[in-house]
Amino acid sequence: MEWIQQLVNGISLGSIYALIALGYTMVYGIIKLINFAHGDVFMVGSFVGFYSIVGLGLDFFTALVLAMIFCAIFGVLIERIAYKRLRNATRIAALITAIGVSLLIENGFIFTWGPQPKAFPDIIANGSFEILGAKISIKSILILSISITLMVILQFIVHKTKIGKAMRAVSHDNEAARLMGINVDNTISATFAIGSALAGAAGVIFGLYYTKIDPLMGIIPGIKAFVAAVLGGIGIIPGAMVGGLVLGVIETFVNASGFSLWRDAAAFVILILILIFRPNGIFGKNTREKV
Amino acid sequence: MLSVKDIDVYYGNIHALKGLSLEVNEGEIVTLIGANGAGKSTLLKTLSGLLKPKAGTIHYLNSSIVGKPAQTIVKAGISHVPEGRRVFANMTVEENLELGAYTRKDKKGIAEDLAKIYETFPRLLERRKQLSGTLSGGEQQMLAMGRAIMSKPKLLLLDEPSMGLAPLMVQTIFQVIDDINKQGTTILLVEQNANMALSVANRAYVIETGRVILSGTAKELQASEEIKMAYLGGHV
Repeated sequence: MEWIQQLVNGISLGSIYALIALGYTMVYGIIKLINFAHGDVFMVGSFVGFYSIVGLGLDFFTALVLAMIFCAIFGVLIERIAYKRLRNATRIAALITAIGVSLLIENGFIFTWGPQPKAFPDIIANGSFEILGAKISIKSILILSISITLMVILQFIVHKTKIGKAMRAVSHDNEAARLMGINVDNTISATFAIGSALAGAAGVIFGLYYTKIDPLMGIIPGIKAFVAAVLGGIGIIPGAMVGGLVLGVIETFVNASGFSLWRDAAAFVILILILIFRPNGIFGKNTREKV
Repeated sequence: MLSVKDIDVYYGNIHALKGLSLEVNEGEIVTLIGANGAGKSTLLKTLSGLLKPKAGTIHYLNSSIVGKPAQTIVKAGISHVPEGRRVFANMTVEENLELGAYTRKDKKGIAEDLAKIYETFPRLLERRKQLSGTLSGGEQQMLAMGRAIMSKPKLLLLDEPSMGLAPLMVQTIFQVIDDINKQGTTILLVEQNANMALSVANRAYVIETGRVILSGTAKELQASEEIKMAYLGGHV
């Protein structure tokens, strides 16, 4: 039952993409910006996890929480320093700034801590068990359960809490939200904090799964998560979750069926197809731009 | 209660309000009438903090609110129902109403006011779990007004509440405006339907190209030949 095994692998990889994609989609939903520095927040999360375990000797879950908190603050700093003053600028100016921030983080990181990859400590038992003849590793189950837990918490925040309702209001109509007395600046910051915390968590579990981390590790998963967000419908939260899972599964099957060199290309083929045939994504409504 | 003096407001490059002044006293319904583009909506947006005047003063309950952010103004008791209702279409009726109370912390008071709004608008109670984007125009207007009342305003700014509604619905909405006022909320009403507006208002200002050109009690203006000709569809 090779395919069940691959399916589980695909879903765990996909849940990492989904966690990153959520940050892209939430930020896009609220300020219509593709935050290209988001993949680098994921990288920073991975390194915070690494140093928490190796340097501070913390256990895995404490390291995970620490990385999420660190990334939340980091994300808000990026927003306040780089993006806030561009709120009323053209969208292309903000987009170029995002690319600039991304390059700054990557190269600033290399400049300060060097370009060498690090071996993420193997602190979770490497066991596996068999279901229906498929060998399922404990790590993939762990990754999947962490991702699902975080997504459930996110759904709760977005739908049941005051800040979540404010986020949805601002993303629908910024001006009407201000008339409700919502502090739009704080709401945008909260969105960056939550999205970045999810990317930080994704960074730590990515390190656990792939064991090697380096300062440029955020680029490819970042772009793939962006594809996942577009696939699900950019700005739509459940879209990012489904898009991430679909992308992870497709990629794993492409890999498993002997086309491992085409693995990374799969995401881009999907992006091209989705832009041609369904540019609003799986969950997106067909809205025409008003002129 | 509200005193606006000589405000100049620019909307992009357009000089939308030119030294406009007006007063609203506690307990009144004051209406602004004037053609499209006269600056009525601009004035409301300035009062609620969405736009900032280049010059002039705005005093509300004896303190200046010029340049204050919208959330401070909502907290101070001014609530604005924007033109075109602007309900949060992606959220349910009840979530919209809850957002109206965003600046409030008194859970008990919020629940009481929510019940009161459902009493005033039974249609909203029937549809409380429905996405507000699926409501009819009249229901959306009720929702937008209910949402604004949830912040417990002392002064309610209403921008074109009758726009695009069927005559029967217009009657209902104006009845509600009158009721809200009788319960102690002061109202500043912008309305294209000048006849209807003057019939509920105490006083009125006529605005043309960013200036007040005429003001008086609603009765005086209803009787004025000039106003009949220009705004009330009167015949020569």
